[in-house]
Amino acid sequence: MSLRRPSKDQPEIFEFNSSSLEAAKNIISMYPEGKQQSAVMALLYIAQRQNNNWIPLAAMKYIAKFLNMPYIKVYEVATFYTMYNLSPVGKYFVQVCTTTPCMIRGANQLVEACKEKISENENELSKDKSCSWMEVECLGACVNAPMLQINEDYYEDLDKEKTIEILDKILQGEVPKPGSYRGRINNEPENNRKTLLDLKNA
Amino acid sequence: MLKDKDRIFQNLYNDMGSDVSSSQKRGDWVDTKGLIGKGREWIINEIKTSQLRGRGGAGFPTGLKWSFAPKEIGSRPHYLVINGDESEPGTCKDRDILRFEPHKLIEGCLVAAYAVQAHVCYIYIRGEYFIDGEKLQVAINEAYEKKLIGKNAAGTGWDLDIYIHYGAGAYICGEETALLESIEGKKGQPRLKPPFPALIGLYGCPTIINNVETIAVVPTILRRSGKWFASLGREKNTGTKIFCISGNVNNPCNVEEEMNIPLKELIEIHAGGVIGGWDNLQAVIPGGSSMPLIPKKTCETLTMDFDSLMAEKSGLGTAGIVVINKDQDIIKCMARIARFYKHESCGQCTPCREGSGWMWRMLERMAKGEATKDEIDMLSDVTNQIAGHTICAFGEGSSWPVQGLLRHFKKEIEERNNLDLIVEKKSTIPYLVDQHLLDKENV
Repeated sequence: MSLRRPSKDQPEIFEFNSSSLEAAKNIISMYPEGKQQSAVMALLYIAQRQNNNWIPLAAMKYIAKFLNMPYIKVYEVATFYTMYNLSPVGKYFVQVCTTTPCMIRGANQLVEACKEKISENENELSKDKSCSWMEVECLGACVNAPMLQINEDYYEDLDKEKTIEILDKILQGEVPKPGSYRGRINNEPENNRKTLLDLKNA
Repeated sequence: MLKDKDRIFQNLYNDMGSDVSSSQKRGDWVDTKGLIGKGREWIINEIKTSQLRGRGGAGFPTGLKWSFAPKEIGSRPHYLVINGDESEPGTCKDRDILRFEPHKLIEGCLVAAYAVQAHVCYIYIRGEYFIDGEKLQVAINEAYEKKLIGKNAAGTGWDLDIYIHYGAGAYICGEETALLESIEGKKGQPRLKPPFPALIGLYGCPTIINNVETIAVVPTILRRSGKWFASLGREKNTGTKIFCISGNVNNPCNVEEEMNIPLKELIEIHAGGVIGGWDNLQAVIPGGSSMPLIPKKTCETLTMDFDSLMAEKSGLGTAGIVVINKDQDIIKCMARIARFYKHESCGQCTPCREGSGWMWRMLERMAKGEATKDEIDMLSDVTNQIAGHTICAFGEGSSWPVQGLLRHFKKEIEERNNLDLIVEKKSTIPYLVDQHLLDKENV
């Protein structure tokens, strides 16, 4: 299990803004009547997006009321799932995959780059408070290892130099282009494709 | 090598685009009405003939699973749930289906939903795949517009709504009952079985749960007949499968191949060989991290399917092949996998919650050469205390890789960890579990 604690500094109140409210209502309509609790995961995401990438306790209380469910149930969900950030992570949240398939292809170099560019320790905001990084478990892009995720985008086939290049961009407030950084197309074997060649050349 | 015309996922590398019209050129959504018009019995029988086994890891026969759904809709509606919570280290096949072949999946949902009499289908996608999920949502919206799903889907008279539910970074939600708990808006902690989801599943209603890849191959099987699918591979291990080859190979890739293909062919031909040559191979994890590793000497002749890997005391799992060469420290690799399981244990059952941490810490010390001689047997004992003593299969999944390491690389561990017993040496190194033995002389 992973240990997760809410931030010590908590805002007093939280409320959905109008676009979040509309999105929340859409989500609830996906589930059968009386089963609105199902929407709690999606609503936590909405709150996280609205609140600069993290979920304060006030948002959990608000969502509990919104869905007519006990606050503790929302708290349970928010602390169980690791993608809900319980303390500020900055505008750009960098997650480096270090599980075995990435590890054996040099994920530690990506970690080094993050330490140099962002902050010495995991879960620590950079000097300008715009970003933070952490090691995460398998992100499911193993054939494109090593890789990292920044907010929702995947950056694949990296090494230390390319990671530094990407981190430099986000520290300047730009969003670098997601995808492979070795110029390969999706998951195909580079320069070694043996299958579906008619389609490739079509 | 499998002929290109027998590959189901023609757009695996996105050569053609994933919208409706290019999917139709590949044969999706062509006369879906005709397929469904042949009736439930025919569909389920055809899937049974094809001997399709679930692609999510357990390899349960799909046709059989569908036949467990109640024959008539009673007071409770039926649900179809698609498991796209792909989090097994080494596996990244469903992601490609979501982003490049979404219409195969959506059409499969329609056929499967009709076969098990569900009007609502939830596709559970891991939260990290948000961008890929959005691509699937675009395809779903497109299918609604073209009236391929929704009311009277594709003119079949069957109503079907498809919704995406995102996970939020919990590996355990790939376990089917944990996934249902998660859709219900709770912590993803697995339920006891029985009752099985086919009778009491989502919201207490009959629910059929299938992997993304399983559902996506269904329309093609029905079009080309179950016999065609069964003619590929071998008895009980039929058809094609997307293999993900990662790790120390020259060209890591996803490739669709026939079942029962030699492992050596996958690595040498498709993935461009092991880095440093075949002789530099140390071990292979054949089916995602929870399957025990296979040493090099077995890799020479191994064929990749459910039963032949079972015979090697491993498993096909999700067919995520992780190649580890001799430049890597195998104990460290396994320690990292143990850390993964320690992080992802849901915490419901004590053997798994505590044991996964023990295994990780012991392996970390073994990697550094800090363990004593007797700890190897102790580690083996810990794995046996976990496997089979938990609610879900996570217990097995976390202890099998460690057992695989002990089975094939015991010598390496022993060479590195040659310390005498702590009790004998009267050392003051803090000991993992038997701290009280240190105090013996004080008693």
